[in-house]
This record gives sequence, structure tokens and C-alpha cells, in this order.
Amino acid sequence: MVEFSESTAALWSTLLASFLASLVELVEAFTIVLAVGITHTWRAAWIGTGLALVLLAAMVIVLGPLLAFVPLAAMQFVVGVLLGLFGMRWLRKAILRASGFIALHDEDALFREETELLKTRSGSARADTFAMLAAFKAVLLEGVEVVFIVIAMGSTTGLMIYASAGAVLAAVLVLCIGLLVHRPLSRVPENSLKFVVGLMLTSFSIFWLGESLGVVWPGADLFILALVALFAALSFGLILMLRHWQRALAEGAPS
Amino acid sequence: MTLLRVIVLELIALFVDDGALALLILGLVALASLLALWGGVPAGLIAVLLIVGYGAVLAESTMRFARAKRAKRRAP
Repeated sequence: MVEFSESTAALWSTLLASFLASLVELVEAFTIVLAVGITHTWRAAWIGTGLALVLLAAMVIVLGPLLAFVPLAAMQFVVGVLLGLFGMRWLRKAILRASGFIALHDEDALFREETELLKTRSGSARADTFAMLAAFKAVLLEGVEVVFIVIAMGSTTGLMIYASAGAVLAAVLVLCIGLLVHRPLSRVPENSLKFVVGLMLTSFSIFWLGESLGVVWPGADLFILALVALFAALSFGLILMLRHWQRALAEGAPS
Repeated sequence: MTLLRVIVLELIALFVDDGALALLILGLVALASLLALWGGVPAGLIAVLLIVGYGAVLAESTMRFARAKRAKRRAP
């Protein structure tokens, strides 16, 4: 029973973290590709997207087999450090956004900015290249984050198929909704997703770093859930405190 | 070349947004690793160090940002 629960926890947390993180990244990439397609040509959008996907696939094909040669403890350590940097960055930003110290990410604003930029360059001789590069850069950069998360989550848990499935599910979801609505997916609760993903990646980071340094966690993989709960409580505490500061600042009272 | 530079900078930005946050995390990991390598420290203590350390780093980073923002808004 314990065996089942541990593996189930690892499986679902890997799938969920990969799905949610990929969803956030793919929504951002989709917004820019959509802007290119609508304001310029769909041909430029598809070529840019296609080239970036080929490059991303090449990265996975080259990097994937190499990972098999890295000892598990070394892999857990490196991935633990990188996930710590990545996850804490997201968690910090989500806390600051939730407490009002940073503006919420706005897909509509990003779409407007990108379309304005593309329109100003539409008259130039290199407009096609510029539009294609915009799509290429967006898909490549957001895609690299997806590849990193999938490799990081999959390689350390041995659940690469589930980590990949999470990313593929997110891609299918974004594409299906995107094709249906044909506008930026601004109703996706980006900050809440980043908050959850930040919590999960931070917890995975501590867990794997600990394992690579010889820590035997009570409950094995189930301890990840305890770490998520602990950091969720801390984060909510920080949000409440910072909101209080924000209110005090708005009212001009010293605190 | 400009595109390549932008891509490299964006890749670094994947992991480093607030430089002090990144340095504190790396410092914490280095300390935990040194203690583990030294061998005289129980693994449980390393676990506590990682959990408490990550929490403290997160709190410090968010509060530092908020304080700086407050000071900026209060400045005439």
C-alpha cells in the first residue's frame, strides 16, 4: 500500500508539474505566434514555429541519450540546483504579483505590444524575416523551458514518459483552445499556475538535493507533498504580510 | 548574432532573475554540500538546513523587493 502511494505520488506530481509549467510557457508562445499570424502572415508564423520545433527536437535527441550516462546522484544534484533557481524565481514572482507589488502578467497586453511592433515593421523589406524570427524566438525560448522541465522532472524520477505526456497534453490543450477562440488565452490564470508550479519545483529541488546529499526523507516520495504544503503555508503567509504592507503604503500609514 | 545573444541572455534569465536570490540559493546548496562531504553532520540536519534555508531565502528575497518598492514610492 505504501509502495503504491509513493509511486502514485511521484507519478502524479511529475505529470502535474510538467503539465502546468508547460501550459504557462505554451500560452505565452501561442500569444506571440498568434500575433505574427494575424498581423503578418500565417506562413511566417508557421515557418518560425516549425524551425523552433525542429531545433527543440534536435536538443532533446542530442541531450536525451547523454543523460543515461550521468549517475543518478549527480543528476539529482544538478537538476535540484537548477530547479531551485527556476522554481524559486517563479514562486517569488507569483508571491509579489499576488500581493500587488508587481503587476499581473497580461496576455492581452503582450498581444497588443507584439502586434504594434509587427505593424511598425510591416512596411520594411525584411518584414517577413522579422515576423518569422518573432515566432521562432518565442517558440524556441518558451520551448526550451518546457524541454528543461520535462528533462528535469523525467530524468530524476525515471518517469520521462509521464513528464513528456504532461507537456504534450498542455500543447494539445493550448492548440485546441487557441484554434477555437483564435485570440490570446488571457483567461488562463497565469499567476496561480506559476504559483503552483513554483511550489512544486521548489519542493522537488529540496527533495532531490537532499537525496543527492544522503538524506533519507520520511515517507520517501510522499515527503514532496509535505514540502509543497509547507512552502504553500509560508508563501500564503508572505502574501498576507506583503498585502498588509501594500495597503499601509496606499493609505500612507507607517508600518 | 543579435538573435543568438538575445537567446543566450534569455536562457540565463530562466534561472537568474534576482541575482541576490540566485546567489543565496547557490550559497545554501554549497553549504549543505560541504556539510555532507565533511561527513560529521547527520543527514537530518542537512535536510533541515535545506528546508529552513530555502524558506528563509524566499522570505528575504520577497521582503527585500517589497521594501525597495516601498522606499521608492515614499521617496519625494
